[in-house]
Amino acid sequence: MVQLLRIENLCTHFFTSAGVVKAVDGISYDVEEGETVAIVGESGCGKSVSALSILRLIPNPPGRIVQGSIRFNGQDILSLSDDEIRKVRGHQIGMIFQEPMTSLNPVLTIGLQLTETMELHLGLSRPEAGKRAVEYLRMVGISEPERRLRQYPHHLSGGMRQRVMIAMALCCEPKLIIADEPTTALDVTIQAQILELMKNLSRRMRVALIIITHNLGVVARYADRVNVMYAGRIIERGPAREIYARPSHPYTLGLLRSVPRLDRPRRERLDPIEGQPPDLSRLAAGCAFIPRCRFAVERCGAEYPPLESVEGAHYAACWKKDELLRLSVRAS
Amino acid sequence: MATDFSTRARPSASWKGEGDGVLLEVKGLKKHFPIVEGVLVQKATATVKAVDGVSFSIRKGETLGLVGESGCGKTTTGRCILQLERPTAGEVIFEGVDLSSLGHKELRTWRRKMQVIFQDPYSSLNPRMKIGDIIEEPMYVYGLPPDARGRRERVRELLSVCGLGARMADRYPHEMSGGQRQRVGIARALAMKPDFLVCDEPVSALDVSIQAQIVNLLEDLRQEFGLTYLFIAHDLSVVRHLCHRVAVMYLGRIVEMADCDALYENPRHPYTRALLSAVPVPDPEVEHGRSLEVIAGEVPSPINPPSGCVFHPRCPLAVDGCKTHIPALREITLGHWVACTEV
Repeated sequence: MVQLLRIENLCTHFFTSAGVVKAVDGISYDVEEGETVAIVGESGCGKSVSALSILRLIPNPPGRIVQGSIRFNGQDILSLSDDEIRKVRGHQIGMIFQEPMTSLNPVLTIGLQLTETMELHLGLSRPEAGKRAVEYLRMVGISEPERRLRQYPHHLSGGMRQRVMIAMALCCEPKLIIADEPTTALDVTIQAQILELMKNLSRRMRVALIIITHNLGVVARYADRVNVMYAGRIIERGPAREIYARPSHPYTLGLLRSVPRLDRPRRERLDPIEGQPPDLSRLAAGCAFIPRCRFAVERCGAEYPPLESVEGAHYAACWKKDELLRLSVRAS
Repeated sequence: MATDFSTRARPSASWKGEGDGVLLEVKGLKKHFPIVEGVLVQKATATVKAVDGVSFSIRKGETLGLVGESGCGKTTTGRCILQLERPTAGEVIFEGVDLSSLGHKELRTWRRKMQVIFQDPYSSLNPRMKIGDIIEEPMYVYGLPPDARGRRERVRELLSVCGLGARMADRYPHEMSGGQRQRVGIARALAMKPDFLVCDEPVSALDVSIQAQIVNLLEDLRQEFGLTYLFIAHDLSVVRHLCHRVAVMYLGRIVEMADCDALYENPRHPYTRALLSAVPVPDPEVEHGRSLEVIAGEVPSPINPPSGCVFHPRCPLAVDGCKTHIPALREITLGHWVACTEV
């Protein structure tokens, strides 16, 4: 496998009047060509900010990438000029946002929004771009694509708009698509349609996918590898099957235990993670999960545990990871 | 509003409860919203049939789940029960009294007994009021208890019941997290000691780790205070965990209703099957061995619903008859109701 994207020690901080919010605080991961990598975590854990950082879409001020490197396809993203990064955005890296309602321009036709990117990035003439737009709309399952090109976003349903977003992300043949909660705003049956479509197209066109989500089911179904984030850091990483079968960080374990599952008998009570997620502007020195952790020991408060291998490609950032691994092996 | 009911069949079968112990019964509930056009002269040009002939009953202490996708009318059903929307047709019988026939003044006494928990804990709490005042307000309105000290005492009690410390009473909503706000919403709903709660997507705006906390809290409260819930949600796994019986709605109608276990183990209506199949299980081993029954198409517009069975354009079992004939809910096994002729 060829490495497509490599992020190293990325720190994106927001400098607000209430203090420095360390939204992303030293994360490293990589994406190989054609694979699907998931970034899982709850709201405010920094998963969206880490993805926006790849495209340098962090509003400055207040946000700034203060440290780290992002290498994509042989280029150092952080040292590109504004003109150069514009050639990466939408061309080599496509982006699908959560809200199909707000990520399309309401006063431009679907056709114009689709062809604009192709004219700009691929140097196509307007009729050529129009033809290609029809092709891509058909591919993402939109009926009567010629008519749709003349319509405005408000004519389309949420699912249809998300299909347009996918067509837009794909039409310049990117090597990587970042999908930030692509189906959270959609209904379950539409969610299944959109995810299947994304998976099939990315396989066929060999596009790598970064899926950012909080839905553990979606991750289980579609991701090859998983990064679990908590409070701005990656706390567990590995092949999807490993993470789900043998979670080795108390947070991952807690997440997996707290969701009711349709394929298992109903339990008397759910097993939640008690407490609240931490405030990112007031993080202590040690592990951010301590207040909610059942396994915490003294060392956790003093030193932040490094992300180290549990076994093979499975990593966890916890001083008690070996003990947890033994526990989850026994449980399975 | 001119609505023609004569052409729409009422469901021939309505859920009959066990006779005694029925707290709430909904019969042939309809809520149609007119679409009005024109600036000076307004004219209704179409109607949205948000709820179109829904019948069910809920027994005391029971939790009925109402599931379906956005726009299927589940929230409107809840609002009609609470008389926040006055139904276009049908009855809402609470403790033997038809609420839809009562006037505003008469409703006041009944409103105390039925409360609601909303989906979005960010917009359902007044940002300018302290938590204590928010919880106290319904007690103040009804003068129960009449003295301020008694009410303050009760606020403290409610906060602790909902897992919040007494000092939270002096905070403002923006100082709290989503999970804590939802606890405040629950405390406020409990302030009037209601018998019946409509929970409208109470956990869907919350993070995964917090959802389980709130689900457990709702379950504890139901047992402790003998509450009855109508639990409106789109998350089928949460509904399975919490509910005794489940009704599945599609485009304003109930398409299947059964005991929770029966519905999840043996879903009969093609829509229910598709819904259940679309939910990904958080386990790659299970997911990779599972075939997905993805149904094509989208939910049609309730302004111009398909003829016959509203699900027929997306249905894998549809036959010609489905296009013309509206299937009635029929009981296929004891307590398991399905509105489909092909199962």
